[in-house]
Amino acid sequence: MNSTVNEWTIQELEDKAINIRKDLCTFIYRIGIAGHLGGELSMIDMAVALYYKYMNYDPQNPEMPDRDRLILSKGHCAEALFTIYQDMGMYTMDYMVDHFETLETAKFSMHPNRKYVDAIEASTGSLGHGMPIATGLALGARMSNENWRTFCIIGDGELQEGTNWEAFMTAGHYQLGNLVTIIDKNDLQMSGPTNQTNSIDPLDEKMRAFGWDVIEINGNDMGEVCGALESLPPSDPHIRRKPICIISNTTKGKGVSFMENVVAWHAGVLNKEDLEKAIESIENTRKVR
Amino acid sequence: MAVEVSLNFDQILSSAREVYGTELRKMADEGMDFAFVCSDNVAPSSEVGKLMKAYPERCINVGIAEANQVGLSAGLALSGKVVFTQVFGPFLPLRAADQIHADIAYNDVPVRLIGTHAGVTSGGGPTHNAIADLSFYRAVPNLTVVCPADANQCAKVVRQSMNYPGPMIIRIARGAEPDVYADNNYEFEFGKSITIKEGSDLTLIGTGSSVYWSLKAAQKLEEYGISARVIDMHTIKPFDEEAVLKAANETGCVITVEDQSINGGLGGAVAEIIAESNIPTKFKRIGLPDEFAVLGEPNEVYKYYGMDPEGIAKTVREFLNR
Repeated sequence: MNSTVNEWTIQELEDKAINIRKDLCTFIYRIGIAGHLGGELSMIDMAVALYYKYMNYDPQNPEMPDRDRLILSKGHCAEALFTIYQDMGMYTMDYMVDHFETLETAKFSMHPNRKYVDAIEASTGSLGHGMPIATGLALGARMSNENWRTFCIIGDGELQEGTNWEAFMTAGHYQLGNLVTIIDKNDLQMSGPTNQTNSIDPLDEKMRAFGWDVIEINGNDMGEVCGALESLPPSDPHIRRKPICIISNTTKGKGVSFMENVVAWHAGVLNKEDLEKAIESIENTRKVR
Repeated sequence: MAVEVSLNFDQILSSAREVYGTELRKMADEGMDFAFVCSDNVAPSSEVGKLMKAYPERCINVGIAEANQVGLSAGLALSGKVVFTQVFGPFLPLRAADQIHADIAYNDVPVRLIGTHAGVTSGGGPTHNAIADLSFYRAVPNLTVVCPADANQCAKVVRQSMNYPGPMIIRIARGAEPDVYADNNYEFEFGKSITIKEGSDLTLIGTGSSVYWSLKAAQKLEEYGISARVIDMHTIKPFDEEAVLKAANETGCVITVEDQSINGGLGGAVAEIIAESNIPTKFKRIGLPDEFAVLGEPNEVYKYYGMDPEGIAKTVREFLNR
């Protein structure tokens, strides 16, 4: 990543996150298909910080060998990443809309496919799959003596899938210091509050018990997001230390007042009126400086 | 004409697990870059165990966690490795079905999933039998599915798989099985079956362990003046349709033999080809019926279901009224 990009300030990243949220809503409106807006809006700040500042990533060269890898375990939130990709210049929004689940010319879908979209590292969608894949990637980097880091973004409801815990155990056992898992903990899942469905708490204690270091932040506060990512030690495949879990406490539907903490907005379509209200609401979150 | 192969009828037993372990170690010694993953299912004293000791940096034991094992293998492959992953047979398609489908096949990564203890060879009852795996694999896109006929063929498969695109299932038995081929000096091509014995009255098609059973059954049938062709259908996917159509045309009778459920595996594949071919053909499937297998030592179970050479020969004679 070039030095110019690394100079992004917290304020610039905050503004970028606002623009991405607005673009995301526009994208969902334009495709006319239900997007998983609740969980997409909750993870935007983290995804923006990673792609624009903290990951070693070149949108012009998405297969750069030493790039950091990001696995989106909550694959149903792929539109959030697609929106970032178009903002980074990899695609235009018109192109993405034209190629969204369009039978023979489709590249984009509710769930991401690595063979259609270069920036996607692994095709995901079935929940509980990202952590084993990310663990394998981190082990592969170690085997190949490569310094790149693996990030994995997981939803909190998704942690009810047992494969996450199998992989947490393995990553802890192998002391994969080149692996960072971000749990987008927005406390809601499709049918209701996570802690009333099948509670995953106390998450910090569980992760520590599985051999991980834990950083807990407000994942919708860009300052805290940047603080967590800046505190990561250098990725060295030879150094065995605990993998890092960032518990990113977020608000489902963040930024759109009528979606925030509303279970029904786990997924949904936007009509024209919804879109206008959503954009106005997001714009209202912009800090006056 | 049958391919020129030198066959072994003398019950020389070899273990595919051991022979492929030796082969993997040779490949590592030769500088081939691959990773190996297991799930608490490799004995330290075995040949694979020796590989793990010799190359610890590239071998991972995830413990008893097959779904994690298969997903992790996909991640290793995405990092640029060819990955060999040994899974206890029944738990590969059952416990890790979603990972095979999504992480391996949909991501289309070069992972070689080696399922051991095929059929009922594990003993120990139905929880440890792999009887429906071929039925599942056949319906998963992108998979290549290979059942080596003997241990040495398994070594060929493992070596040749290094340069073969996409994911692959390699299905082998638990322990020592008879060698089908007297030597390994024959050409092996994925998706291209091998006619190991010519015959004119019927064709026996086997895969994996059942190739040897079919070959021995064909020998017995000769005593009754019945000429049986025998095909080693080592690749279940992609399937060698041409060999089936040729057999149907030339022998008019096709019988499949497989160490898995008769529903949806080798027999299912051949039935579909014949049914759509409009070639009048007598056809029968020999394999495990639609029930949880009886309890017993593997060879006794196979005999119980008429899958041993004597049982196959008896079924053929009844079927042909000869």
